[in-house]
Amino acid sequence: MADLRNNFVGIKSPNPFWLASAPPTDKAYNVERAFKAGWGGVVWKTLGSEGPPVVNVNGPRYGAIWGADRRLLGLNNIELITDRPLQINLQEMKQVKMNWPDRALIASIMVPCVEEEWKAILPLVEETGADGIELNFGCPHGMSERGMGSAVGQVPEYIEMVVRWCKQYSRMPVITKLTPNITDIRNPARAAKRGGTDAVSLINTINSIVSVDLDNFAPVPTVGGKGSHGGYCGPAVKPIALNMVSEIARDPETYGLPISGIGGVTTWRDAAEFLVLGAGNVQVCTAAMTYGFKIVQEMISGLSDWMDEKGHRSLDDITGRAVPNVTDWKYLNLNYVAKAHIDQDACIKCGRCHIACEDTSHQAITSMVNGVRHFEVMEDECVGCNLCVNVCPVENCITMVGLEPGTLDQRTGKIVDPNYANWTTHPNNPMAQVAAE
Amino acid sequence: MHRLGSGIAGGRLAPAEYEQNFSDLHPRFDKHEALVASDRCYFCHDAPCMTACPTEIDIPLFIRQISTANPLGAARTIFSQNILGGMCARVCPTETLCEQACVRNTAEDRPVDIGRLQRYATDIAMEQNRQFFHRAAETGRTIAVVGAGPAGLACAHRLAMNGHSVVVFDAREKAGGLNEYGIATYKAPDNFAQKEVDYLLAIGGIEIRNGMALGRDFSLQDLAADYDAVFIGIGLAGVNGLGIEGEELSGVDDAVDFIAYLRQAQNKADVPIGRRVVVLGGGMTAVDAAVQAKLLGAEEVTICYRRGKEHMNASEYEQDLAASRGVSIRHWLAPKRILGKDGAVAGIELEYTALRDGHLVGTGETGVIAADQIFKAIGQSFKASGLGALSMEKGRIVVDDQCRTSMERVYAGGDCVNRGEDLTVSAVAHGRDAADAIHLAFASAGQPAVAVA
Repeated sequence: MADLRNNFVGIKSPNPFWLASAPPTDKAYNVERAFKAGWGGVVWKTLGSEGPPVVNVNGPRYGAIWGADRRLLGLNNIELITDRPLQINLQEMKQVKMNWPDRALIASIMVPCVEEEWKAILPLVEETGADGIELNFGCPHGMSERGMGSAVGQVPEYIEMVVRWCKQYSRMPVITKLTPNITDIRNPARAAKRGGTDAVSLINTINSIVSVDLDNFAPVPTVGGKGSHGGYCGPAVKPIALNMVSEIARDPETYGLPISGIGGVTTWRDAAEFLVLGAGNVQVCTAAMTYGFKIVQEMISGLSDWMDEKGHRSLDDITGRAVPNVTDWKYLNLNYVAKAHIDQDACIKCGRCHIACEDTSHQAITSMVNGVRHFEVMEDECVGCNLCVNVCPVENCITMVGLEPGTLDQRTGKIVDPNYANWTTHPNNPMAQVAAE
Repeated sequence: MHRLGSGIAGGRLAPAEYEQNFSDLHPRFDKHEALVASDRCYFCHDAPCMTACPTEIDIPLFIRQISTANPLGAARTIFSQNILGGMCARVCPTETLCEQACVRNTAEDRPVDIGRLQRYATDIAMEQNRQFFHRAAETGRTIAVVGAGPAGLACAHRLAMNGHSVVVFDAREKAGGLNEYGIATYKAPDNFAQKEVDYLLAIGGIEIRNGMALGRDFSLQDLAADYDAVFIGIGLAGVNGLGIEGEELSGVDDAVDFIAYLRQAQNKADVPIGRRVVVLGGGMTAVDAAVQAKLLGAEEVTICYRRGKEHMNASEYEQDLAASRGVSIRHWLAPKRILGKDGAVAGIELEYTALRDGHLVGTGETGVIAADQIFKAIGQSFKASGLGALSMEKGRIVVDDQCRTSMERVYAGGDCVNRGEDLTVSAVAHGRDAADAIHLAFASAGQPAVAVA
């Protein structure tokens, strides 16, 4: 059995699956249920300053997009940080941590960018016995209008400043949660590192309007006839999150900085992808909000079974394993040539590969051969783009097959060169570097 | 209630049982079911289902319209190819047409529910009486259509769309043809066939004259003289006989008459049925008669077919339906003699058959099945008079691929022609295509002689 125990910046949990700071972790009742279901840790829903709690809208807070069979693909929310009194949250956190000493309990915090505010709340949190804190620099709606959440995360200098305060006034490990609503995720990550953060977590939700009510001409969720942009999450955002995680993992300035991966983790496979791209663990929210806490059982068994099958014994064996293979486009091997291949036994003859290629790509797939409906790749036209693979409804029916070096590429009429060559040295590149003699 | 009384009698069941037995075979999908079913469509390129449909409905498009909450758009897509898409959704043997061609069969052995999705969309449009087509400007041409069945109605509608006037002659009291008189009750309950006729006629420009029979009240020659064109869609009015001893006995009936009578009966309890019923034949009519005999309370219903299961014209689905309703289907049995007692049927003697050198032969071995009612469902045949010298082949009217007959300006389609399968949907395709051909002929004949200077 693979060892799924997780040690993230010194915070130990029996598995790498944490619940992200969000509605599922708003109170002891939910968190207790989550731990019973098997979650390794939780990041408690974001705490604000002492005083009158924030208020939420009393109408709908969520909107969604769906795939086939109404499978939820993306969720959007306009809920704010916890609307319960700070003291209640702190009491419950303390009790839960006592009840579940082996699980990770992290406090998410969002208070104004004022040193005294942070100085005030940190000891209160530390007193609960929480294993660490996560700085919410991510929420893109509501609180950002008040200079918090993503309003901080979008200004690297603020990130660095607040992280520094937290390290100064607390012994707890600091995880800095980043907003994706910026142009280059490396800048806030670098700032967090300069401030002394122990880790970053990402992504928080993406600014979005998830849909529009066409009867009322108003964004969804619609509150009294109006809507506001909200935070987008769920399976649809995973690709954006994976890229941002990998950018930080491979950036020389932040290389080695622990990352808690967040964004659309729904299955063990999603989690494994975050881990190999450099995440030390993952945080989950939408999947739990869609299916309940039980889904962690699939994630645990799936990750463990995959690791067993592949001979990976611990999370350290897999974390970051794909990072060296993430590169810039200009370094991709232009001498690598692949062609699509259709398994005729698996083909159900829907013709989607043909029409996708015919209408929108390279006219490289037949629809009719000798008067019979037949879909086959014409290698002399195929550029190996992989579109047909992606539109085929049958998994593994169409595969990309790399041409062996030395064989003929029928499209170009050239022999496949065994040597690696990229754009930086390509003759068509006016900026090409002259190869060293 | 005398469920087990011998002889032929009505009222074998409690009123509630009749209601249940003759309710909708496949209730309409609700919105959720339709969305789930439509999600399964792959939107195939040059979709095999579409190719398999005699009316070439753009199935992937209408299913996608359903999946995007646009059932009216879906209905428009369907009706633009097949104005009787509502009935076809109910009676088409989809398992041998569109659904057989569905690529989902290859992967999962279960096609997209195309027929039920078609019904979902067409029902919504028809319930709202949403008309998608309007008459073009009057052309001044009038076309006679003989027969108000699927072929004639489809032809009339398309002609009306193109601005022509249409007079439809039909021998029966009601329009609809086999849709009204020939379809099992549970396939089109709630008077659907008449509702469909009304929906179709709403386009205007179509007059239906009922009780007008070709050969009795008018001839083809009359029509050719009085109208700009003629379309013949008279179906198959004849019924094949057995030609065996006892055929004249009371209790030996044509299955098509039974089906029609049952369809028209307001109270199904009034329809008498035997306690032990034998149906002779292997097609859809045999299944429709047998299943409905069972639903009326017959104790034993047996379909006897002279060839094997694989030769039956009734689809596998229909055979399974019959079996699930308690009908026994026996193969390799040919009727030899109907046995009577006091002038009424008492049983039937059948001879076992076999194929020898490709020929069906009797084996000489016989058996008797006790019966108090026998339905003949061994095929319909062309039966008409007043057609003059119209060219015929194997008992059907000869037409070309534009439904033109051997006579100038006379077109024909549906079961009465020597083209296509004897299906509602094929008849609709013929009628529609004939209308287009007629319209085209008018257009090419009516080219203006003088160009605008």
